[in-house]
Amino acid sequence: MPLISKVVCPVCGCCCDDIEVIVENNRIVDVRNACAMGASKFLNYSKHRLKKPLIRRGGELVETSLDEAIKRSAKILAEASYPILYGWSSTSCEAIRVGLELAEEVGGVIDNTSTTCHGPSILAIQDVGLPGCTLGQIRHRADLIIYWGSNPWSAHPRHIERYTALSEGRFQRSIWRRFLLRVYATSIRKKLQRALALAFRRRAPETEEARRGIPYTLTQEERKLIVVDVRRTRSAEIADYFIKVEPNRDYEVLQALRALIRDETLDVDEVAGVPVELLEEVADVMVGCKLGIIFFGVGLTMSDGKLRNIDAAISLTRDLNMYTKFLIMPMRGHFNVTGANVVFTWQTGYPYAVDFSHGYPYYNPGETSVIDILCRGESDAALVVASDPVATFPGEAVRNLVRNPLIVIDPHPSATSLMADVVIPSTFVGIEAEGTTYRMDHVPLPLKKVVEPPDGLLPDEEILKRILREVRRIKRGAG
Amino acid sequence: MAGLKVSLVTGRTIDQGCSKESGKLSPEYMDYAATCELDPEDMKKLKVREGRNVKVTTKFGSVIVKVKKSRREPHPGVVFIPYGPWSNVIVDPKTHGTGMPSLKGIDAHIEPTKEEVLDLKSLLLKYYGGKSAEEG
Repeated sequence: MPLISKVVCPVCGCCCDDIEVIVENNRIVDVRNACAMGASKFLNYSKHRLKKPLIRRGGELVETSLDEAIKRSAKILAEASYPILYGWSSTSCEAIRVGLELAEEVGGVIDNTSTTCHGPSILAIQDVGLPGCTLGQIRHRADLIIYWGSNPWSAHPRHIERYTALSEGRFQRSIWRRFLLRVYATSIRKKLQRALALAFRRRAPETEEARRGIPYTLTQEERKLIVVDVRRTRSAEIADYFIKVEPNRDYEVLQALRALIRDETLDVDEVAGVPVELLEEVADVMVGCKLGIIFFGVGLTMSDGKLRNIDAAISLTRDLNMYTKFLIMPMRGHFNVTGANVVFTWQTGYPYAVDFSHGYPYYNPGETSVIDILCRGESDAALVVASDPVATFPGEAVRNLVRNPLIVIDPHPSATSLMADVVIPSTFVGIEAEGTTYRMDHVPLPLKKVVEPPDGLLPDEEILKRILREVRRIKRGAG
Repeated sequence: MAGLKVSLVTGRTIDQGCSKESGKLSPEYMDYAATCELDPEDMKKLKVREGRNVKVTTKFGSVIVKVKKSRREPHPGVVFIPYGPWSNVIVDPKTHGTGMPSLKGIDAHIEPTKEEVLDLKSLLLKYYGGKSAEEG
């Protein structure tokens, strides 16, 4: 049975490159090393998929030929005065490059999924910079790892195991033994509590860590993991310490920490539900580490304050560098959302929300970002590549998206393809097509082709090239 | 009807992440995405049990989802709905000039209901009206 090794996983921003895939008769029969999401994609990708191009006739989506679907798409885009070209984070850099050329040709707005994900992070980075690194450095050297507003256990399942607390680095040991001991201790404590409760018919006293202060592990000289979030996530359970912040109040905690590491005293007892003594101890741990990193998730970008939260987190990192080495990195969601930002930037100068309607690239998130355009009802057509905005955008934006002609290029049927006027199925990049992707730390990785695609299906890049050719033909014909 | 004021948080769950890879039209995806995680104390206050339906209402709309008991309590007053078409019909579209809608920490009202959870197609039809023939 042929085993294909070193396959890059096309699911989340971790882009794990140690996946092994076993292929039999052009079918993936097993996958090793992948997380639950990765394995689910490799094993189930072909179960529900689109095989034929669809076009809307009389209110119904009906099968059509690829040529007709491409002609119809090109006509919609060429005739539109302000089309949106959205998606891009789950396709290859090569396809994104063609997409940008198409956006310029039709004078539309091109935006990628970071607009509803780490867009505010990008704005903050443009304001204050970003002390970054690659994930390898963290794996080998970081002794303090903080996840803020991020739940890697669910969203980036192998992040902790490959790059941070549970990884065995050259200079830093994994915390898994400590983690297991704690799991045993917690389960024994819970059993005792339950026995006590049954014996005395009342609730045993709370043993919440937060009430008792900082756990001893944080004062030890070994790798530590802190999770800051508004709810106790699965990641919070692995952490040495979990700080629970009230929703929408991360900014206050970040700024309080900034004050504390400058040895200022706070005249309040708690900040956003977190006792100040605890913040003081966390500030001590931060200043005392050898190399620390904050991984921040969309918990910061989607809450009140948005880019200002990130601004505060980066400023905190910058302040900490006066005492020790501290770094910060966004936890990027889709496998190539970083690549989308990179390709957008080298082609147009801007990482997302690029407007070509003036004839040159123009960037002003809040004005040229796709949610705002949709909520104002300005666009008159849309092309969606490898994304599902009908499921992921707020209702008001979706209403305006589906009101106008909608073209979808995606291997999956989705809420968006159900509402589309033209649906062009494509191959899965990273499974049935090659391409380049960027990991969340900006390391480019090659996506492999492990099986042959079904007959008649083309990669996103090729479909976009054909649409572009057709758009040029229409425009030249008209001119 | 008895209701409760809560703060709505949306986000990723591993089950929703896995089921989206096997297809967004699959029943598994709906089972994982059209749910609302509630604190057991809040469930008592609302007098609902796991598996019953609740109506979550914000300034931007309301949606019916199934109750799931939170395994990581206590978090009274905070409810969680995974990312997906169900959560997104009630989130805050305002971007405050950043391009980013507000998907976490939204004021919401929650109440038990006997109404059914809509499947993806019916949900799209109800909220977005489907596509009409002229537009096609």
